[in-house]
Amino acid sequence: MSGKQQKATAYWKENVRYLFILLAIWFVVSYGAGILFKDALDAIQIGGFKLGFWFAQQGSIYVFVILIFVYVRLMNKLDKKYGYNE
Amino acid sequence: MTVQTWTYILVGITFALYIGIAIWSRAGSTKEFYVAGGGVSPLANGMATAADWMSAASFISMAGIIAFAGYDGSVYLMGWTGGYVLLALLLAPYLRKFGKFTVPDFIGDRYYSNTARIAAVICALLVSFTYVAGQMRGVGLVFSRFLEVDINTGVIIGMIIVLFYAVLGGMKGITYTQVAQYCVLIFAFMVPAIFISIQMTGNPIPQLGMGSTLNDGSGMYLLDKLDGLSTELGFNEYTNGSKSMTDVFMITLALMVGTAGLPHVIVRFFTVKRVKDARKSAGWALLLIAILYTTAPAVSVFARTNMINTVSNKEYSSMPDWFKTWEKTKLIAFDDKNGDGKIQYVADPNKNELTVDRDIMVLANPEIANLPAWVIALVAAGALAAALSTAAGLLLVISSSVSHDLIKKVFNPGITEKGELLTARLSAVVAVVIAGYFGINPPGFVAAVVALAFGLAAASFFPAIVLGIFYKKMNKEGAIAGMVIGISLMLFYMLKFKFGIFDGGKAAVTELQKDWWFGISPEGFGSVAMIVNFVVSIIIMQFTPDPPKNVQEIVEDIRIPSGAGEATGH
Repeated sequence: MSGKQQKATAYWKENVRYLFILLAIWFVVSYGAGILFKDALDAIQIGGFKLGFWFAQQGSIYVFVILIFVYVRLMNKLDKKYGYNE
Repeated sequence: MTVQTWTYILVGITFALYIGIAIWSRAGSTKEFYVAGGGVSPLANGMATAADWMSAASFISMAGIIAFAGYDGSVYLMGWTGGYVLLALLLAPYLRKFGKFTVPDFIGDRYYSNTARIAAVICALLVSFTYVAGQMRGVGLVFSRFLEVDINTGVIIGMIIVLFYAVLGGMKGITYTQVAQYCVLIFAFMVPAIFISIQMTGNPIPQLGMGSTLNDGSGMYLLDKLDGLSTELGFNEYTNGSKSMTDVFMITLALMVGTAGLPHVIVRFFTVKRVKDARKSAGWALLLIAILYTTAPAVSVFARTNMINTVSNKEYSSMPDWFKTWEKTKLIAFDDKNGDGKIQYVADPNKNELTVDRDIMVLANPEIANLPAWVIALVAAGALAAALSTAAGLLLVISSSVSHDLIKKVFNPGITEKGELLTARLSAVVAVVIAGYFGINPPGFVAAVVALAFGLAAASFFPAIVLGIFYKKMNKEGAIAGMVIGISLMLFYMLKFKFGIFDGGKAAVTELQKDWWFGISPEGFGSVAMIVNFVVSIIIMQFTPDPPKNVQEIVEDIRIPSGAGEATGH
């Protein structure tokens, strides 16, 4: 494998690792907190919100937005590290 | 001034603005027509994507649906936002790097096959036409209610406006009108929500007002109050749904994956300069969408509580003006079954005397809350902005599928730049006329088919694109087999359980519910069809030849963000 290809492979591996971590969080806040464990979380009440219901109608959406901006930051750093930024 | 005068003024000003932008930003080349020249800034693209995505359904219908479905409505909130995470992480950057004009372009080139390209064109057309018919209907509805013109006249006015700026401006005109439309629609959605939130809870932020205590001195939490009212009338507790957990899970997944696979959304990411701009504009898009999507469930809670308080067990003769106006449009209907002159609004269909169309909740909300006339007119202008922006985005996908993917890539590769631009404009004209026809004569199954569009996008595009990027060895045999089987399975399930065509028509649909596979509704079945597509693709791939070397090199190239160059059609 040439040096150029090795660099590309290493970059791709790190990229995929980020994706796994971010998508795990994506899954936990929506399908986990908002659906599968909704009933358990509903036992906790914060202000007027039952927690599971809050995650399903509010919380998961806030986390989605944060996830994309975190991804943008991570990838910009990664691009710089491998010299792929422009 | 009356509501109607205000509506004429606000709608007039916004329409003049859209036309002005279209004249200023008209397209001179196919590149400007398909991808706005490729130099849109991430924030502008985020705003355009948000307006593109938020349709009449998001603006008018969604809060109403949630108001009646309570927790079950969460599937739309999570489904239609969570899809953007998939889009930003798994699709947008790579498709931008690939650097072509359309989604069928990617499928056709990555799977080195015109069969795959044509299959993708058919899916894109099917998805876009079903959607656009719904938008035109939304335009007609707003016109007929607020400007008191005939619903068909409303559709025709909407057609002319869209025709003007989509045909003249192409993607370039659409992008900058969508930026303006986003501003109009978000302002129109937020103003009444903030007013009502202050009125009911004293908290100016609707997202917090939803979880606050009531303003009436009782000190009771709004959501607890609504749960109480709902159970009292025999409905489900608002914060608990009636759908099974499996079904909620599957519908959410199908909507998320379907969102990520919608061609009119994906194509927006071809309009920015660099790969990092594509990532960033996905972030902006979701942030701007989230403003509406986190406000909508609050609006639902306010509207539902207000409505029950206004009508339940009250004298019919004492109903306010808005009640009478909506009765005229037949979207509210009262049938005094027990003849006591009072409105019984309860869950039991034998005793219930009031039917309220879910679509009117957002439009009627400012009137129910007694807000000033200009706010009511603003909502009308916002609803029109939402419907027109989405219609324009879809029309562009339709026209580019025909002029670029079919004519240029398949039937007449020698066509000149000028000829292609003309074809693109003509296809847009034809598409507007067809969409208008469906807006005036809506097939009874529009709503059902929109759900089908998500299932189809989930079952076809999403696996083919994701595998095309993340699985270098995926070949055309695997991808085509996956798409064909995924779509066919989805179609079969919809036809069987949504339309009942194998068991004696629509009448049989309710009876068939108990036969749902694993208890999954047709709306959620897109998830299953998507998984089947993935599995079939991977199995078929094992027994068929690897993709050619140059295709594998394309895949390696799209994984590297630098050197994206400009989107081209060649």
